[in-house]
Amino acid sequence: MANVFSTIGDWVTERAPGLMPVYRKHMTEYYAPKNFNLWYYFGSLALLVLVNQIVTGIFLTMNYDPSATGAFDSVQYIMRDVEWGWLIRYMHSTGASLFFVVVYLHMFRGVMYGSYKQPRELVWLLGMLIFLVLMAEAFMGYVLPWGNMSFWGAKVIVSLFGTIPVIGKDLVEWIMGDFLPADATLNRFFALHVIALPLVLLLLVVLHLAALHEVGSNNPDGVDVKHGPKGNRWDALKPADGIPFHPYYTVKDLVGVGLFLAIAAFIIFFQPTLGGWFLEHDNSIAANNLVTPAQIKPVWYFTPFYAIVRMIPSALGTAVWGVLGMFGSIALLFALPWIDVGKVKSIRYRGTGYKAALTLFVLAFLGLAMIGTDMTDELFPKLFGQDIDITAWDNNFGRVLVLIYFGFFVFLWLYTHLGWEKTKPVPERVTTHD
Amino acid sequence: MIKRYIPSFALALGLLLGTTAAMAEGPELASAGNNLRDTASLQRGAHLFFNYCVGCHSLKYMRYQRIADDLGLTEDDVMNNFNFTGGKIGDPVISHMPPEDAQKFFGKAPPDLSLEVSAKGADWVNAYLNSFYLDPKSQIGWNNLVLPNAAMPFPLWELQGEQVPVMAAAKPGDDPQVASLKLLHPGRLTPEQYQQTTRDLTNFLEYVSEPAALQRRHYGIWVVLFLLAFTFLAYLLKKEYWKDVH
Ligand code: HEC
Ligand code: HEM
Repeated sequence: MANVFSTIGDWVTERAPGLMPVYRKHMTEYYAPKNFNLWYYFGSLALLVLVNQIVTGIFLTMNYDPSATGAFDSVQYIMRDVEWGWLIRYMHSTGASLFFVVVYLHMFRGVMYGSYKQPRELVWLLGMLIFLVLMAEAFMGYVLPWGNMSFWGAKVIVSLFGTIPVIGKDLVEWIMGDFLPADATLNRFFALHVIALPLVLLLLVVLHLAALHEVGSNNPDGVDVKHGPKGNRWDALKPADGIPFHPYYTVKDLVGVGLFLAIAAFIIFFQPTLGGWFLEHDNSIAANNLVTPAQIKPVWYFTPFYAIVRMIPSALGTAVWGVLGMFGSIALLFALPWIDVGKVKSIRYRGTGYKAALTLFVLAFLGLAMIGTDMTDELFPKLFGQDIDITAWDNNFGRVLVLIYFGFFVFLWLYTHLGWEKTKPVPERVTTHD
Repeated sequence: MIKRYIPSFALALGLLLGTTAAMAEGPELASAGNNLRDTASLQRGAHLFFNYCVGCHSLKYMRYQRIADDLGLTEDDVMNNFNFTGGKIGDPVISHMPPEDAQKFFGKAPPDLSLEVSAKGADWVNAYLNSFYLDPKSQIGWNNLVLPNAAMPFPLWELQGEQVPVMAAAKPGDDPQVASLKLLHPGRLTPEQYQQTTRDLTNFLEYVSEPAALQRRHYGIWVVLFLLAFTFLAYLLKKEYWKDVH
């Protein structure tokens, strides 16, 4: 057996001598810092979920019917008549939500350890592009089952573009191909969801990793192992604090994969709707433009951004400010490497002001998510009395959070450009806590 | 390394499950208390559905064959006791009442109930079936607490009996609100038996909403256990490989 493999290997190497060096460069001779912690699992987990979405998506496509008359029925057909169809669908729907769990944690890691800073700006920018495409991908996927929440969600989100002065109305019609979300909308969202955006996503992920491997990974200490002493057990010229990605991090990531899959399986097999968070109750009713759901709100992972739209009032006769605010909130993340120019990367050694600001930022983000999910409609009366004006509370509270969200970037700019930050001494080499 | 994170990890998971559980509760409806694992209850629920409901409501995504397979019934059972429309065993459950007629009779076509529990929740359906009361102001003579002005004539009244509303004291000028329901004329069943009846019906409708739920739970535990065992082995492997990293 081993013989057969090495014969095939030799055969391939003879014809493509460049392959093994590529493998070595990215796996066995890619030296990653030895001090990765839990936060470094989420990159490989994002890859895993991406593969899951593509594979389960292919199987769903085999039985899904992208038409306004057939879509809802075909999903029930998959759930009931296709062998293991329910498993495939739940893997895909749970995967979509977990994708965002994983990616948000992955991004937060990048912020916390300053991974977006020099020299990894390109890794960050490509990551942000991935995030944008992922949001578009998830939104269009959500429309496909053609439940009533798909329909109304699509209507509300697409009509955000309608707030753009002058061209807004035409733009909305152009996106939907009709005056309402309809057959034409479903057809084009299907095309974008199953082929166009996944291709873009895959390309971006390859570039993301290629860009990372050019400069090497950051780590929880934010000290570059490439600038530290040289020479490890495998190579005299490579970083002393680096270890080969394969096998060290492949076996380590395997532990993360196992645990992640166990959690995912628990959800898929026991709580596939997660109490209405991963699959919403109103989406069990077929799309109906005459019946408006009691609450129209996007799936949880869009809610912080949706809340920003809602919290920013219209002014000067247009509601476009909310939409601008939403795009601005994402644009600022793109610009993070140039807003925060502090030299110290990791939160471990950064100033107290930074830590406080980041904590507030996270709380604001979560608070906005709660407003976006309408959780506050139940929470506020419980906390502050039954007869409060919920909308007023939402608005006051939410606007403070929006200010904190944007304030974070303003603060960070001042803090680092004006040299206000008092950092702690950064160690010479990475530390480990084992 | 991993050990240091276990507490925070458990905390995060607890918070997540806690909030989702808290949020899923919604407005205060009594718990339906049904149990999908109770096959006898599912069978009783199926009998009730086909005796009292299929005259108006379809289950268009549910096939007779699947009911037989999942509820441990024979094809003959299902064809003789459930299938009143002369359909084949592989057909879906379609009521004979043409929707146009239903629309004419009730002012509203009875909705398909295939996904009713997925859409409204078991507690809601169960509460609905317990909340019919006599209402002389309504054309059909019945009204419902959880679905005000429901167009459905109460089909189980012989079993439950007739309930009447107990009005709450209203402020002058306001319309009086229904505070609770009182059994005026008992039906064939005791209140406890009737509760079991609606629980069985709800149970059956929950099954109909997602027949795969029976399989999910059956396989789920083994998949999760396998993955935990896999994680443990991977962890041992990782420790072995990392012995020489300091
Ligand atoms: C005589 C015809 C008829 C029969 C028999 C009947 N229903 Fe209905 N049902 C209706 C109509 C009409 C509606 C629509 C009510 C409305 O929306 O106002 C309805 C509505 C419902 C709803 C609420 C749907 C929703 O979400 O709004 C449920 C649940 C329901 N029926 C369950 C049952 C059950 C269980 C039975 C058997 C015990 C049954 N029905 C028997 C006519 C009937
Ligand atoms: C499909 C989605 C994504 C996949 C598959 C992916 C994959 C990966 C992988 C495998 C790594 C190396 C392992 C690790 O450091 O965790 C990585 C690193 C990184 N990713 Fe992503 N990523 C995705 C999305 C994003 C997004 C949305 C961002 C931020 C906007 C981002 C920013 C980064 C950064 C800054 C690093 C370097 C981290 C460091 O070295 O400390 N990624 N990514």
